[in-house]
Amino acid sequence: MLQGDLIERVLAGEPRAVARAISLVEDTGPGASGLMKAIFPHTGKALVVGITGAPGAGKSSLVDKLALHYKDHGEKIGIIAVDPSSPFSGGAILGDRIRMSALGTDKNVFIRSMATRGNLGGLSRSTVDAVAILDAAGFDKVIVETVGVGQDEVEIVKAADVSVVVLVPGMGDDIQAIKAGIMEIGDVFVINKADREGVIRTQKELEALLSLAHRPDMWDPPIVKTVATESKGIEDLSAAIERYAAFNASEHRSAKIRKRAIAKWRLLELLRERLLADLLSGNGAGERLEGLSRDVAEKKLDPYSAVESLLSGAKQ
Amino acid sequence: MTERKIRVLVAKPGLDGHDRGAKVIARALRDAGMEVIYTGLRQTPEMIASAALQEDVDAVGISILSGAHKTLCPRIVDLLRENGMDDTLVLVGGIVPKEDIDELKTKGISEVFLPGTSTEDIVRYLRENVRETA
Repeated sequence: MLQGDLIERVLAGEPRAVARAISLVEDTGPGASGLMKAIFPHTGKALVVGITGAPGAGKSSLVDKLALHYKDHGEKIGIIAVDPSSPFSGGAILGDRIRMSALGTDKNVFIRSMATRGNLGGLSRSTVDAVAILDAAGFDKVIVETVGVGQDEVEIVKAADVSVVVLVPGMGDDIQAIKAGIMEIGDVFVINKADREGVIRTQKELEALLSLAHRPDMWDPPIVKTVATESKGIEDLSAAIERYAAFNASEHRSAKIRKRAIAKWRLLELLRERLLADLLSGNGAGERLEGLSRDVAEKKLDPYSAVESLLSGAKQ
Repeated sequence: MTERKIRVLVAKPGLDGHDRGAKVIARALRDAGMEVIYTGLRQTPEMIASAALQEDVDAVGISILSGAHKTLCPRIVDLLRENGMDDTLVLVGGIVPKEDIDELKTKGISEVFLPGTSTEDIVRYLRENVRETA
């Protein structure tokens, strides 16, 4: 597929082209940055919804039901489901589609699984680009499901317009333990599996916690109760998401500051990546890295000296 | 800078519920550094082809023990080709009578792996046969 051709077909929303484009940015193939430059002016139309929360909270089921809800309203939905890569082999088993099989053959739904490929923070390095591709391809809603997160996997705010944090009853005092990190990024909170015991207690604790937090934009994050497996509460969730999206679009000062901070974060990330790629593409840099890693592992050299040696080697 | 990852869809078409083999394969491919998309049980050929398209996989591994391979596997190949996935490998693993293997291969199945195949052989096959460029 030729580059110009690929861009045109992505903008026309062709599934094959969209899939290839995502692979291209994921593998940083030739022309990946050219593609993203061409796509950029066509982005900003989709509402990007991020779904994050602990493993087993029911994120995939919730994404499935939310997408069905949007689909019933005649919208085109892109879904990106992120799962972790193995830190040892670099491989991954991506199983989020299992809970989304009702959507799999629908022409208005596009599901893509991505592995984190060593990225921390709950997303993969190219998730933001994949979101942009789906946006440009004409999807009305893009739902991003992060890996099951603990406390500090807050990258979703970079990719999403609305961040939804999913909790389950019985987390009890655990909520206390996660007061920073993901509790700060929730624009909407969901208590899923709300047919279980302890839902009132979880809600009370969450309310107490949120009442202590003061967001700079003065938004008061709503708490929605759902039972995803029975499609309960999905309307309420959708309404809460829309409410925040409308609030955030109002262009008040704090929203602008937040957007600028996110843009800066993204630029620094790309810069870091580019500098590292340039540094390691130099003659023999790869072997030098291997050699120095061995020395550090065998305690012959400290990592700081190794990095200095890599940097001075690159300058020559 | 990043190397191209091999992506494989491991699929269970038809009605048999025995997915242990599929899970063993998925794990072996993961341990070999590949990204495996696993879609769960009882998938139709349409669901499998659609997932392969969206996930842009290099290969589709079909695990089948039900005896329906002569119907389901060629149907999956046809749907992939209709989607423009001309160079996507289609591998079949499971209980397939030896006399059916040639017929499957003429219908576009790249390789058939019978019980007893070592996972290393499958990993090697994929590494050697997946298209080089994206």
